[in-house]
Amino acid sequence: MEKRVVFRQKVLPYLFVAPQIIITLIFFIWPASQALYQSVLQEDAFGLSSRFVGLANFTYIFTDDAYLNSISVTAIFSFSVAAIAMSTALLLAAMADRVIRGAMTYKTLIIWPYAVAPVVAAVLWYFLFNPTVGIVAFYLKILGYKWNHTLNGGQALLLVIIAAAWREISYNFLFFLAGLQAIPRSFIEAAAIDGASPAKRFWTVVFPLLSPTVFFLIVVNIVYAFFDTFGVVHAITEGGPNQATNILVFKVYHDGFLSLDLGGSAAQSVILMVIVISLTVMQFRYIERKVHY
Amino acid sequence: MKTSRLLLFTAVLVLAIAVSSAQAVMEIQWWHAHGGRLGEKVNAIADGFNKSQNAYKVVATYKGSYPDTMTAGIAAFRSKNPPHILQVFEVGTASMMAAKGAIKPVYEVMAESGLPFDPKAYLPTVTGYYTTPDGRMLSMPFNSSTPVLYYNVEAFEKAGLDPDKPPKTWPEVAEYAKKLVAAGYPAGFSTAWISWIHIENFSAWHNVPIGTKANGFGGLDTEYTYNSPLHVKHIGQLADWQKEKIFIYGGRRNLGNAKFSSEEVAMYTESSAGYAGFKKTCKFPFRTSMLPYWPDAPGAPQNTIIGGASLWVMAGHSPEEYKGVATFFTYLSSPAVQADWHQFTGYLPITTDAYHLTKGQGFYEDNPGMETALKQMTLHEPTENSKGLRFGNYVQVRSINYGELEAIFAGKKSAKQGLDDAVAAGNKLLRKFESANR
Repeated sequence: MEKRVVFRQKVLPYLFVAPQIIITLIFFIWPASQALYQSVLQEDAFGLSSRFVGLANFTYIFTDDAYLNSISVTAIFSFSVAAIAMSTALLLAAMADRVIRGAMTYKTLIIWPYAVAPVVAAVLWYFLFNPTVGIVAFYLKILGYKWNHTLNGGQALLLVIIAAAWREISYNFLFFLAGLQAIPRSFIEAAAIDGASPAKRFWTVVFPLLSPTVFFLIVVNIVYAFFDTFGVVHAITEGGPNQATNILVFKVYHDGFLSLDLGGSAAQSVILMVIVISLTVMQFRYIERKVHY
Repeated sequence: MKTSRLLLFTAVLVLAIAVSSAQAVMEIQWWHAHGGRLGEKVNAIADGFNKSQNAYKVVATYKGSYPDTMTAGIAAFRSKNPPHILQVFEVGTASMMAAKGAIKPVYEVMAESGLPFDPKAYLPTVTGYYTTPDGRMLSMPFNSSTPVLYYNVEAFEKAGLDPDKPPKTWPEVAEYAKKLVAAGYPAGFSTAWISWIHIENFSAWHNVPIGTKANGFGGLDTEYTYNSPLHVKHIGQLADWQKEKIFIYGGRRNLGNAKFSSEEVAMYTESSAGYAGFKKTCKFPFRTSMLPYWPDAPGAPQNTIIGGASLWVMAGHSPEEYKGVATFFTYLSSPAVQADWHQFTGYLPITTDAYHLTKGQGFYEDNPGMETALKQMTLHEPTENSKGLRFGNYVQVRSINYGELEAIFAGKKSAKQGLDDAVAAGNKLLRKFESANR
């Protein structure tokens, strides 16, 4: 049974949705169409000579090793960030849900990192792991592990993944905690009386009831990892060493703003847009089926 | 009623004053990329000029990093409201040059103003970077520096090395580094700006080309050549030296500076403009000497090239405004202003007069490190290979070089393979630039 609200007036409902539509038009549709237009042009930085080149920018991108490498780096990066941010947040939320005394303090501490700007968070991690002056790098050296993310691509990727995930944990934590607290106690108690162990209770009762939250967070986290992690990469590695952390959104910035290759950069952002839209559509089609509302 | 009349009257009065003052003093917009203390110095220069005359007022505005400033200038041009003067870093030179309708060459600005202007008064290695092959100045050099070798005097003494005899050649650097490591230092030497110092300046210093067509000065159909045997030898040697801790990679840009100031290494190649920074962070005495070279290379040592930025005049303003720009440039090039800028910042003076003035003031006796850069830049008359470089999309090539050098130092590629790949990727970008700027 669906509930429908019927408006008597014809204009009023449009007025209600207007602000959202105007914002979408100005901040999404218009720039996106500009990018689409720019992506089929080859233009010098000043816009003095502009030439229609068809799909030449796209063929250039897809025959460029650096771009293909960037796609696989982005896949590893985004999946890892989402997985780490979500699993850690779920663990923390499940534990915080059971805390009775000082719950506020725990929650505040865990939510805190979200207030830190991505670039500031990145600089913080950068200092901890700096091979020359970083305290973590120093202790790793004492333990006999050589940390040098300026040359070791794997370490660099790990570092940006941790830095990007760290901040997102707070956000996920909030939603998981809210989701957990919305689950009626009686369900869990009933399962407990039936003799289900805490682990069993979690996976068979709590987790399925949490699935709408999980689904929502998967979508949000993937979008976050694709777009909002620019500051982290910019501040820690600048895409290096040897392109090991050169994620797509950083490459768009680099080629567009530093190298002033507007056509190529626009083509890349069009591809990025297509990837994220199709990922989101896929998630809605396939994962949402498994969600119980 | 009465109040609104009064308001109207005041508004008209304010407008009238604003209009009349705008007519009396012409504003010249100058967008630059110097924050912090350097930014204050830039403002002081503008103030000095504004007080020296009353026809023009230079308004200096900080626009962020070099790329930010350049992007801001380009965006302003596209929306038809460019500043008069835009500071652009040296790797943006080719992009600015190619933008013929967007800029007004400095030689034109100066000639039209009727003010005295002698291109020969400027240091050739500084202006060479910003002039056409037939010697016409396109932009006004502002802050220029060149790489030198910094060394820790205390460390040299500890390792039994003579601080008065810094290493002159790369084999000597290796020898010194081994002694420093034996004396307990974690590594011998490291570097900042590796592409600028160990590829671009390395080429000029050894008088070998970075690319064909006179390093791109001769035309857009240029190709990179920095995978020559000499380049491969040098980069391969750096990679090999990592095993014995003679060399250690410090990261991109000048992130490795902490390696020198924290005494992880005792020798370090970095821009001459890093002098003031090291003066503040290093707790030990240090000195500078000329960049090392390979003694078996026939052309070495030649002269090094500059980094930094220059001031471009943007198109689309009135002749009166250009006269103001020319007046400001004349003030900026005067020996007193230049000498002060040079001594305060560590950037090179742009005129020979400013150099002699600084020397006459005894500045180099108190700051011996500051003269190394100048001596090194003026060691010989610049050749085709050591005048500078002019390649399109060069910002991207710098990052390609960072990436490939990192692959080489991590042992993933041989020096030959890495440099070949960098040159191939760079040539693709050159072709792209050529077709976009036809």
